[in-house]
Amino acid sequence: MQPTKQNTFEPKIIAFVCTWCTYAGADLAGTSRMQYPSNVRVLKFPCTGRIDPVFILKAFQQGADGVLVSGCHPGDCHYIAGNFHARRRFAVFRKLLEFVGVDLNRLQFSWVSAAEGGKWVEVVTDLTEKVRSMGPMTEFKELAMEEQWSGAINTPELQEAYNSI
Amino acid sequence: MSRIGVFICHCGENISRTVDVERVAAEVGKMPGVSFSTDYKYMCSDPGQNLLKNAIQEQKLTHIVVAACSPRMHEKTFRKAVEAAGLNPYLCEMANIREHCSWVHENKEEATVKATEIVGMMVERVKKNRVLPTITVPVTKRSLVIGGGIAGIQAALDIADCGHEVVLVEREPSIGGHMAQLSETFPTLDCSQCIMTPKMVDVANHPKIKLYTYSEIELVEGYIGNFQVTIKKKARSVDEDRCTGCGVCMTKCPQKKIPNKFDQNIGMRTAIYVPFPQAVPNTPVIDRDNCTWYKTGKCGVCQKVCGPGAVDFEQQDQLVVEPVGAIVVATGFDLYTIDEKPKGSPIKGYGEFGHGKIPDVIDGMTFERLASASGPTGGKILRPSDGKEPKQIVFIQCIGSRAREKGISYCSKVCCMYTAKHTMLYHHKVHDGQAYVFFMDARTPGKSYDEFWRRSIEEEEAVYIRGMVSRLYQKGDKIVVMGSDIAVGVQVEIEADMVVLATAIQPQKGAELLAQKLGISYDKYNFYSEAHAKLRPVECATAGIYLAGACQGPKDIPETVSQASAAAAKVMTLFSKDQLEREPIVARVKESGCVGCFACKKVCAYGAVEEKEIRDRQGNLIKTVAFVNPGVCAGCGTCQATCPSKSVELDGYTDEQVIAMIEAL
Repeated sequence: MQPTKQNTFEPKIIAFVCTWCTYAGADLAGTSRMQYPSNVRVLKFPCTGRIDPVFILKAFQQGADGVLVSGCHPGDCHYIAGNFHARRRFAVFRKLLEFVGVDLNRLQFSWVSAAEGGKWVEVVTDLTEKVRSMGPMTEFKELAMEEQWSGAINTPELQEAYNSI
Repeated sequence: MSRIGVFICHCGENISRTVDVERVAAEVGKMPGVSFSTDYKYMCSDPGQNLLKNAIQEQKLTHIVVAACSPRMHEKTFRKAVEAAGLNPYLCEMANIREHCSWVHENKEEATVKATEIVGMMVERVKKNRVLPTITVPVTKRSLVIGGGIAGIQAALDIADCGHEVVLVEREPSIGGHMAQLSETFPTLDCSQCIMTPKMVDVANHPKIKLYTYSEIELVEGYIGNFQVTIKKKARSVDEDRCTGCGVCMTKCPQKKIPNKFDQNIGMRTAIYVPFPQAVPNTPVIDRDNCTWYKTGKCGVCQKVCGPGAVDFEQQDQLVVEPVGAIVVATGFDLYTIDEKPKGSPIKGYGEFGHGKIPDVIDGMTFERLASASGPTGGKILRPSDGKEPKQIVFIQCIGSRAREKGISYCSKVCCMYTAKHTMLYHHKVHDGQAYVFFMDARTPGKSYDEFWRRSIEEEEAVYIRGMVSRLYQKGDKIVVMGSDIAVGVQVEIEADMVVLATAIQPQKGAELLAQKLGISYDKYNFYSEAHAKLRPVECATAGIYLAGACQGPKDIPETVSQASAAAAKVMTLFSKDQLEREPIVARVKESGCVGCFACKKVCAYGAVEEKEIRDRQGNLIKTVAFVNPGVCAGCGTCQATCPSKSVELDGYTDEQVIAMIEAL
């Protein structure tokens, strides 16, 4: 890849966060007027326990270059144990992604509490820099594209099938 | 077809400084489904909200996105406004373009693009939002209070004084708890019995309080507003309705040498007994383990002498079910007994202090009983071994507390103050005696506390030695205390007549079992956990259950009473409405897809998932599916992410909504 092209590449980062800790931590970063790259888009969930691994796959499919999952520190969960369930789930999920061939550096898990505006900035900045140096993530997107094209109804066979219904 | 209205807020200059709000409004206006898009200086202000309401009515909007500050700030404000305009409040979403955009970025171009995308995400999300009706749950306006110590008594009286019925359950034969055992209380030295017993009588006489003593909680079912509590009334062997409390049975009972737990086992009682003379209710209990009639089938003296015929040897344990709407847990504390090392517990004993082996090494509560006018010595400080007055007495603080290597790292909070009180009581009663105190730090935060502690040194001549004790041993009739004075840097050896250990405060034994029945969480020491350490200190994470007193952590009396009143206030808040309203962000099961694996039930921390049988018209079982009780569900959504067949959905955070947001990117 040419150096100029790499410089212009701006990664897309999607963050799945829980509302009680990390979302509030990100709010704190805002109220403290801290600065971080604008690449991140935040999706709020009640708890990290709600975050389905499918969402992460979907995010990669939709062109995300990096995904961040962040919730309350272990033991601090607003819902008693949701983050423990999430932690277990993602420990397994990482193995699966590794097997599939996804570079795990694109996927970051962290605990950011409502008091850690600074940590939020750090985590987002680090991930953005890391993913920027890695370049775009294309595999899942291309697969999705293929799927979309193959699903078009204008092939003669399909047309015939539809007509016969 | 949705007609979405998007409202972009300038937030004065907070947003518009780095985000080109007009451009965002124009871009968003072109998005499919958006039929109205505008920007305004202050959306949350009165004119801003009116703009929103008018637009809903004039433009016939069906869904609303307000792009402004964090939803944690103003989501409620805008949802209320939307509701006032006739829309379901859950059809309104906020896009956070202040905390997550304008405040954290400086480049106006980047921030504008990001803001547009954030709003776009929320537009796609709101299309999938459903009308959610507010969930109402009926409230049974009766309350259960577990524990009849000062915390339980205070909470019960406060709730009952408000006109709501209270069921007060106490494990021991009398209410009063540990406070009834104390001699005097710091920092005023007023007699504990004098301030406690009137409250106990108030409980007994209150028309709204139903008192169950010598009873335990057997089972708790249900959820906030609708608990069903099964109480086990242990057989008292004395008919409470017939007994007049005359006490003749106790004077005639031939078994007179049973150690009385209330007197820390240094006083004696009979087999048919009340724990202390001021007991409420003043109805005796037969201790079946020590009663001759139960052991040999002979005796029955109490039955013969009882005028009203209240003694009933045949009485059985009874189970009573009480419906209640709220539960206050006030089970209090227990003292760390240092001579025994609890089995399987990480807490190590203090064998080096000879507690339980040397009779004149006692704990603080035993000293209270010795100093109490109603105690076994009539208020005289006498050695348990030979009944002599101790002339040299050593108090050792932090026994068990603040000793990480021994298994407890917390501070028991009250020991510094009660030891200061003990030195005073001792000096008042033994004028020629000398008190020594080994301490690490004197922790005296509280109104008039430090002054009290200073008084024990300056006026009551207690000698405070900063340092810990390594060993105690018996030498003749003296106890040699070997310690160090770290202020001077020397080893200290004192030949004492009596040693009082300020042992750590621990939760009641079996506290974790009660917590499991109630479904509340507890920490590694078995203290019950509050919902939030700072902002919700009296509520449990489980809705409808509140905490009062030392069951949550070591506390002194004023703190316990304050927390009990706070818990009562929380109960009364709950009881102020007939129906409990709650956010409809709860999980719902799609029964057609559910295969009944109950993975959701396993991960639910609240026990909200129940099993529901689906039957055909003939009553044959078709399948068993999960059912989420909306009264119990807290809305975390862990069940949804766990469900293998995707048959449970968290309203407000459905897969559809999330996928729509991701696809908008």
